[in-house]
Amino acid sequence: MQKSDKNLLDINNLDISFIQARGAAHALRGIDLTIASGEILALVGESGSGKTVTSMSIMGLVPIPPARINKGSLLFKGNDLIGQPHAEMRKLRGKEIAMIFQEPAKYLNPSLKIGEQITEMLVLHLNMSKKQAVEKALEYLDVVGLGKSRRVLNSYPHELSGGMKQRVMIAMAICCNPSLLIADEPTTALDVTLQLQILKLIRNLKKQFSMGVLFISHNLGIVREIADRISVIYAGKIVESASNQNLFEDTLHPYTRALLQSIPDAEKRGHRLRAIPGSVPDAENIPSGCGFHPRCPLAQDMCSQEIPLTKDYGNGHSAACHMVH
Amino acid sequence: MKRFGRLILTVLIISTIVFLVIRVIPGDPALTIAGVDASESDIEAIRAKLGTDKPMLNQYIQWLWDVFRFDFGHSLTSGRPVSELILERFPLTLTLAVLGIVLSIIIAIPLGVISAVRRWSFWDYIGMLFSQAGMAIPSFWLGILLLMLLSIKYRVFPLFGSGSINHLILPSISLGIARAAVLLRLTRASMVEELSKEYVITARAKGLTERMVNYKHALKNALLPVITIAGIQLGYMLGGAIIIEQVFSLPGLGRLFLFAVYQRDFPLIQGGVVFVAFVFSFINFTVDILYSVLNPRIRIT
Repeated sequence: MQKSDKNLLDINNLDISFIQARGAAHALRGIDLTIASGEILALVGESGSGKTVTSMSIMGLVPIPPARINKGSLLFKGNDLIGQPHAEMRKLRGKEIAMIFQEPAKYLNPSLKIGEQITEMLVLHLNMSKKQAVEKALEYLDVVGLGKSRRVLNSYPHELSGGMKQRVMIAMAICCNPSLLIADEPTTALDVTLQLQILKLIRNLKKQFSMGVLFISHNLGIVREIADRISVIYAGKIVESASNQNLFEDTLHPYTRALLQSIPDAEKRGHRLRAIPGSVPDAENIPSGCGFHPRCPLAQDMCSQEIPLTKDYGNGHSAACHMVH
Repeated sequence: MKRFGRLILTVLIISTIVFLVIRVIPGDPALTIAGVDASESDIEAIRAKLGTDKPMLNQYIQWLWDVFRFDFGHSLTSGRPVSELILERFPLTLTLAVLGIVLSIIIAIPLGVISAVRRWSFWDYIGMLFSQAGMAIPSFWLGILLLMLLSIKYRVFPLFGSGSINHLILPSISLGIARAAVLLRLTRASMVEELSKEYVITARAKGLTERMVNYKHALKNALLPVITIAGIQLGYMLGGAIIIEQVFSLPGLGRLFLFAVYQRDFPLIQGGVVFVAFVFSFINFTVDILYSVLNPRIRIT
């Protein structure tokens, strides 16, 4: 599959399983994702669908073993990250590919000052002196809306509010000017008002630094606010990919449709929320054929027998379903 | 400051308990001292000397004042001031305890950290073997073994006596090994726990070297419980190590207090209890301070 090399990140047919005592868990079953510079791609799915494995494999932080990469490639700026030596991956992490997490309170070291946690990266990756690093850290605190605050630099994480902590995490992530930012449910642990602020911040930073962003979420409502393109993942497979607008207006896959119906919508008050019956299958025993067929309202015989191929429906809109024509 | 207040309060409460216990125990110390065929006036004289003829409240205030001045009267057996006896023995016990704890930290922390960082490796098995053995082997037995090997067979260290640091090496090894075993397990468990925390993922995601992840990010948090327990162990050891002092015939606090109990030397026992309680509280106080320096979350504002 030859694709244009203008993509920042190009994941092709990535297939990862975890070998455990109870058997193999097939976490990713051949996924395709692309992210261009200055683009926000949202990866949407329920917990256990393979979102975190995807982000961790881009970071090179999936432990092998127990994980095994069965096939596929993970091209970052044209270089396959799979099989890169640990030392090379380490130099990329934080510098070229940065990541922010769901719960900033847990993901910051409780016993190191904020300043230390930011500047250590600058000293390590950009060979800055301690003094330069402090100046740079202040600059980035300003960028994320905390002002050039030495007070924040001298604080410990527990002395900051949840929103401030997430801003600090973001400052930390972008301080080495990475080309790709992975945001793993960055707003899930925050209040609704803070959620919007953080989403705006990420969107502005994307523009300002023309980063590619992989935005991971289980919430289509939030994704709608921020993503340029959206990929929906189910049981380790991308079931539908489309531009933000197309996905919401011209939904193809029954799973995506089910997800949309489960978003609480202010305009449709009075309607009953539709939960998707059943739950995401374990990665250890994924149903035969289409992974979604046991929960799918449209499922036919063939759905349990044949894995549906991903078909292109034009305008970069693709889906993998037997029932979509 | 609040912690210092707590230190004072602890010592005060313990002094009060010691005072009450002595008064509650049946029997008049004056009778014991005077003997069976003493006259009534002799006994009165002794009571006056001891101060037990005065009302309880006066006695209590007098006692607190004595504690404050670190004056517990004279030993009944040797006739020397109790404080002098204690201070005479304390340097040896202090050296032994400090050597013991330093030794156990030197063994436990590096080995515990390596065990946690490289789980199920050669060093981890060595560590596990060491901690199992260290906890199973009684320290007096280890002491006797060390004496037989290094003092009798090879004559590297003196067999008994005191006065030089050489005399204290084997005792502190026997004392330190068991503590090291406990600290090692604690260090490993604590480090394993810290390494599984989310901030370690962040540290890796930031592209830090494994060395920085382990020793800068995880270790600092992992050491907190280790410091607390090491402090408590040091406190215990400062009360004297009776068994080890016996094995190596060292004149430490442990043996002093042991003989005081054998000989019903009440002033010495009282002084000993208060002294040990004070030392223990002081160590706890110091550990608290150290802990708050290392752990910003409990720093009081």
